[in-house]
Amino acid sequence: MNLDFIVEKMELKCKCCWENLRREVSGGYVGDLLSDVIANSNSGDIWVTRQVHQNIVAVATLKEHAGIIIIQGAQPDKDTIEKAAKEGMPIMVSSLPAFEVVGKIYHLMHYT
Amino acid sequence: MKSESEFVGNVSIVGHGFEYAGRVSNEIKKILLEQGIPEGIVRRVAVVIFEVEVNIISYAETGFIRYQVLPDSIIIEAKDKGQGIADIELAQQEGYSTADDKIREMGFGAGMGLANIKKFSDVFEINSEVGKGTYVKSIINIDKKRS
Repeated sequence: MNLDFIVEKMELKCKCCWENLRREVSGGYVGDLLSDVIANSNSGDIWVTRQVHQNIVAVATLKEHAGIIIIQGAQPDKDTIEKAAKEGMPIMVSSLPAFEVVGKIYHLMHYT
Repeated sequence: MKSESEFVGNVSIVGHGFEYAGRVSNEIKKILLEQGIPEGIVRRVAVVIFEVEVNIISYAETGFIRYQVLPDSIIIEAKDKGQGIADIELAQQEGYSTADDKIREMGFGAGMGLANIKKFSDVFEINSEVGKGTYVKSIINIDKKRS
């Protein structure tokens, strides 16, 4: 499933890297502890988090994630968007909490 | 005994610069992929370098990372000048952390860094002296069948 399908169905607000929304999403991971995400997420994952600082871009780039979804309508820091733009890592914002974001994406990936 | 390496690199890191987290691991990752190292191996090396990089940024004044590509393995060494670790056994336990609020605010300090380095390494060594610094060595075998 492509990232742009998820963005459209979930009405996510894309903050940068629109050019990379055709990326394939192969799975997902949820977490705010960066070392947990480093240890357990996989390349191609969509990462759902409440963190907004620029280290999320470093971790997502390291793990070759498809993109990052920030929950609860939280806004990424300015330098987070700058770093993401440089690395080509799409950042999207959802107004929903993590439980609902993940539930909806899981449904889209496995039942549509 | 001196072994002949295919490729060696050194990178210096200054402590307390969270804005640079991931810079070194990202650069080395690109270099190793260009060298034709299998992707699965490069990903493991990148995680180890990222975690040592974050440790230097979080706890040390200065440090350096040296990586050496051998025909059958990649050796990563990180040495820093900093506060050191009082209880190395305890520090390797997942969940144990001495991180301050600033480190935690940046999403780190969960007590998983050393555990992650160990998890992604085939051989892991650590030495530390309080008030002086820490040395970490990680060896990742290049098993062409597995990667």
